[in-house]
Amino acid sequence: MVEGKILLAHGGGGRLSRELVERHVGPRFAAGPLEGFPDAARVSVGGASLVFTTDSFVVSPRRFPGGDIGCLAVHGTVNDIAVSGGRPRWLSLALICEEGLPLAELDDVLDSVAAAAARCGVAIATGDTKVVARGQCDGLYVNTAGVGEALPGFEMGAAKLRPGDVVLASGDLGDHGMAVMAARAGMNVEGRLASDTGPVHRLVLALDELAPAVRFMRDPTRGGAASVLNEMLGDRDDIGIVLRERDLPFSEGARAVAEVVGADLLHVASEGRVLLVCAPDAAAVILDRWRALPEGAGARAIGEVTRDRGRVVLETAIGGRRLVDVPQGELLPRIC
Amino acid sequence: MKYLDGFRDPDAARFLRRRIEAAAGRLARAGRSVRLMEVCGTHTMAIARHGIRDFLPDNVFLCSGPGCPVCVTDAGYIDAALELARRGVTIATFGDLVRVPGSTGTLAEARAEGARVVVCYSPAEALALAREPGAPEVVFLAVGFETTVAPLAALLRSAVAAGATRFSMLAALKTVPRALAVLAEDPEVGVNGFLCPAHVSAVIGAAAYEPLAERYGIPCTIAGFEPLDILLGLLDLIEQLADGRACVVNQYARVVRREGNRKAQAAIAEMFEPADAAWRGLGVIPGSGLAIREPFAAFDAERRHGVAVRPGRPAPGCRCGDVLKGKILPDACPMFGGACTPEHPVGPCMVSGEGSCAAHHKYAR
Amino acid sequence: MKIVSLGTDGTGVAEVSGTRYDVQLGLVEDAAVGDYIIVHAGYAIEKLDCAEAEERLALFAEMARRERGGSE
Repeated sequence: MVEGKILLAHGGGGRLSRELVERHVGPRFAAGPLEGFPDAARVSVGGASLVFTTDSFVVSPRRFPGGDIGCLAVHGTVNDIAVSGGRPRWLSLALICEEGLPLAELDDVLDSVAAAAARCGVAIATGDTKVVARGQCDGLYVNTAGVGEALPGFEMGAAKLRPGDVVLASGDLGDHGMAVMAARAGMNVEGRLASDTGPVHRLVLALDELAPAVRFMRDPTRGGAASVLNEMLGDRDDIGIVLRERDLPFSEGARAVAEVVGADLLHVASEGRVLLVCAPDAAAVILDRWRALPEGAGARAIGEVTRDRGRVVLETAIGGRRLVDVPQGELLPRIC
Repeated sequence: MKYLDGFRDPDAARFLRRRIEAAAGRLARAGRSVRLMEVCGTHTMAIARHGIRDFLPDNVFLCSGPGCPVCVTDAGYIDAALELARRGVTIATFGDLVRVPGSTGTLAEARAEGARVVVCYSPAEALALAREPGAPEVVFLAVGFETTVAPLAALLRSAVAAGATRFSMLAALKTVPRALAVLAEDPEVGVNGFLCPAHVSAVIGAAAYEPLAERYGIPCTIAGFEPLDILLGLLDLIEQLADGRACVVNQYARVVRREGNRKAQAAIAEMFEPADAAWRGLGVIPGSGLAIREPFAAFDAERRHGVAVRPGRPAPGCRCGDVLKGKILPDACPMFGGACTPEHPVGPCMVSGEGSCAAHHKYAR
Repeated sequence: MKIVSLGTDGTGVAEVSGTRYDVQLGLVEDAAVGDYIIVHAGYAIEKLDCAEAEERLALFAEMARRERGGSE
């Protein structure tokens, strides 16, 4: 392959995305809070511990079943703060608009941002607007950055994982990616499938005094649960993960679209879910607390940490075993 | 989806596992090991995704043949597509093809350099694109087996009927049975049974495999894509071999008829005619391809744009050819997982999601 | 997928688990509302024989039942 140009696959959330960041960003900035490329940085100011993150949104189409680019931009950043063990407080909002974007659509997006921010208890504290000539961007891109307070008790990381730890999912996986895919292909999924875009901060706050039992937490966005779990294992070659296909939570609608387009739902993005690994004795309590919240109603234990040496393995429904690898290439560009 | 759960029942799978072990045990007691080959990209993926190789005893070897249309597409075809892209034509294609290396790069790279390459889910999108007001000249990369050829015949028919003026296809269409005969004749391949494709068979019909079973004494079983369908298909092949039978058995009768889909066959025959085709790894197989018929030459990108598809050179060291023939498993290629990975593929079997190297890399290591 | 409506020009709408898709029906004989179809690249390539499908499901259910029973 020719090196030297960005390909669409570099944005896919798979191995090429990681290569891009590790080879080009890492060497310049990886010392300090960016080390290990967490979803959000932990920084201290005057004794206060903060969580700080940013994310850009280029989803196409901008409106899809269950949401739009506005609420997605709020939830994405709120969730990155939350799964890093933070209570989200302030967001910035930056808009890049293409000449000709209908003002009515911009108003709708801003209304959606406002409603989502109110629901998440965050304030839009600062912002920016740029306009580019027609054809120089596709309608509207949104960037949000966010700051939150670090919650006490969280000490997460791959080094904390132990065999026997339990893997939890807070609800159905892959609905966002399949809903966007369906919208893009002109499929009608009305009433059967909607993006799960939504905030997860209450799921994190509900952990409360159980924080020390949490080994790892992440929202499975681009690249899906498969990417998160493989990334989580990282360089640990003394442990692995086993998932049980029969316990994986997938909605009927997402399963239907995945069958039609030939997608593996473990590779498909969610935008309002948490994957969490915890000590075995904390799992039942966490599941109870999650299920008491509407956004955690579908929470389930989906697998365990094993001594399987650096692999994520799926026990398939029919009783076979196979490797769960990260997705490659241009699975679904512009999913978020 | 409840309907699908009945085709994925773990207890039925355990039942089939024991039956497979029993039949393979009969072969083992006769000192025999057997090579089965599936020849359908969707089977390749389903087998990997559901962990079906786990169900096979040591004396049953299941390999993937030339069943992925992207994988068997010759490098020279990509070169012709790149040439068209360089001339400013908009290329419309199924997604996997953009990453397949030709002699001078991939369509994904050409796109990064400014070429117009559009990925379609259905070929109908390509015709719609060419018919928009002020539309560019569009060439659809028509790659596939009978399952895809039938929709393309229908599409070509609508393009003709609509009098589309800026639409053509670069055809690299292939038919399955002739390739199976070439594999059956090759002693180095040594295939003992074919697991025949589901959707290709829906179009061509179960009878298309009868000459193969009769002439070469190789059992042919058609199976659906659900895990229990595949297990039952494999069981059927192993039992046929243990019994010394070589029949065409249709285990996918809910979709495949003996005579196939006559209406689809008629559409194909109306728009396309048999032609020689170059298969990556297998070489040129006479009469194994389909070309656009003369009256529709205006829709044939080769004739319309004056480009020629010439045989391409495979990348040095790439053993996709042997993988496609089932002579070696993907990890026996010295480049597998090192010089050739899904992110930086050298050969087409690593590019396509349905390719055996990609499936092996993704699910089986 | 199940056909839920027919268009005028050889097209139709098909449904699976409540999700709906536009499909081209020109390659199958006598497509009618209520038929189950196999779709490839947006085109129906064959109709599903429901009696055969039921029979196959019954066979798999019987295998599962015997397996749970502990013996053949």
